[in-house]
Amino acid sequence: MRELDVSQVTQAVEEMCVAACYDLPDDVLKAMEKARDVEESEVGRELLDICVENAKVAARERVPICQDTGVTVVFLELGQDLHLVGGDLYEAVAEGVRRGYTTGYLRKSVVADPLFTRKNTGDNTPPIIYTDIVPGERLKIMVVPKGTGSENMSALKMLTPAAGPQGVKKFVVEVVDKAGSNPCPPVIVGVGVGGMMDRAAVMAKKALLRKVGEPHPEPEVAKLERETLKEINDLGIGPQGLGGRVTALAVHIETAPTHIGALPVAVNLQCHAARHAERVL
Amino acid sequence: MTEATRIRAPLSGDEVRKLKAGDRVLISGAIYTARDAAHKRLVEALEAGKPLPFDIDGQIIYYVGPCPAKPGQALGSCGPTTSGRMDPYAPALIAKGLRGMIGKGSRQPAVVEAMKKHGAIYFVAVGGAGALAAKTVKKSDLVAYEDLGPEAIRRLEVVDFPAVVCIDTEGNDLYETGKSRYAVS
Repeated sequence: MRELDVSQVTQAVEEMCVAACYDLPDDVLKAMEKARDVEESEVGRELLDICVENAKVAARERVPICQDTGVTVVFLELGQDLHLVGGDLYEAVAEGVRRGYTTGYLRKSVVADPLFTRKNTGDNTPPIIYTDIVPGERLKIMVVPKGTGSENMSALKMLTPAAGPQGVKKFVVEVVDKAGSNPCPPVIVGVGVGGMMDRAAVMAKKALLRKVGEPHPEPEVAKLERETLKEINDLGIGPQGLGGRVTALAVHIETAPTHIGALPVAVNLQCHAARHAERVL
Repeated sequence: MTEATRIRAPLSGDEVRKLKAGDRVLISGAIYTARDAAHKRLVEALEAGKPLPFDIDGQIIYYVGPCPAKPGQALGSCGPTTSGRMDPYAPALIAKGLRGMIGKGSRQPAVVEAMKKHGAIYFVAVGGAGALAAKTVKKSDLVAYEDLGPEAIRRLEVVDFPAVVCIDTEGNDLYETGKSRYAVS
């Protein structure tokens, strides 16, 4: 059985936190440049240029793209044949976050208690960790620094089966319309349909990790993604909400089996600074 | 868009009434950072009849929680945060003389009413362009609430900080006009 010392996890997470906050993934940058080419609004084009320029400056000068370096969401895919040694896996991930947010001069944005003291933990821990056990002997780590400008505009609704694909589309478009300028458009729209309310929400977040604009493998879902994107971009919200053709770069829908009486839909919005990093140990 | 107007903070009443929704501005001078937790404390101080940690008359508050400064920087990345979260507190500060706010995203009618009544402007900056914004900050000094970390109030000296007038003293809102222009019905 392969062994992996958790100190390697700490090191990887530290590096990934910093890299994710400094380097916008290529697919996101390309999607922004493509949006610039199709945007009809002169102001919109200028705003998209500023965002692209900002991402390039951040990468070159090794500074955060956006000051909201978020809550650190970490998706782990742990091979069932991998033996972790040297300590507690989740503590190792948290230590990576703690170090990355310090050495990378990233903003610490986590409060320990949501209701009463709201005291900042000072090191951006704890991260939010999701673990899937998968075949194999590797550990895949995905780090998503998720800002709250877009997160706060996210929503979930328990539709009834009668609502169907049209009901899903209508709800998603409503969420983006209501969000308006707040989530820093153009946004990426992650949608989770099915499961129960918790599964739908996690699927919506994980949908944001797909390469921007890569369609769902199932043609019917891909068609719903295209139709929903078109309706969103007909809203006119545009870059930064100041009017224009490009409100969303992509709609990514994920689905899962659900109850005979259920149709949960979760919408997780992601700003144009769609940061994440991925590594396999 | 129009050519940018250079303005200096703090602002005078006459100056703000000349600015119209859609105008581009380059802000220089001193501005103050404050977001959720700092606003709560400012308004609690007002309600308790205590003095504010800085003279708010004519000032611009920038809704931002910056990244820490790297060596060689005055301040880390510092783009605007969502202004709506400050809406419950903004009218009280506007009534006390606050003349400008910089942020991003929509405002509630109560804020717009206070802006019209007392003469204040809502500027928007580019959300998610924090690395570029940091280049306009030449100096950053802690003013109050150090325990709030990134939410502490700082006095920033900025040169040519770019922003757009989103809501003017007559209540015209660029988000509304922009969206309706490009909406496909």
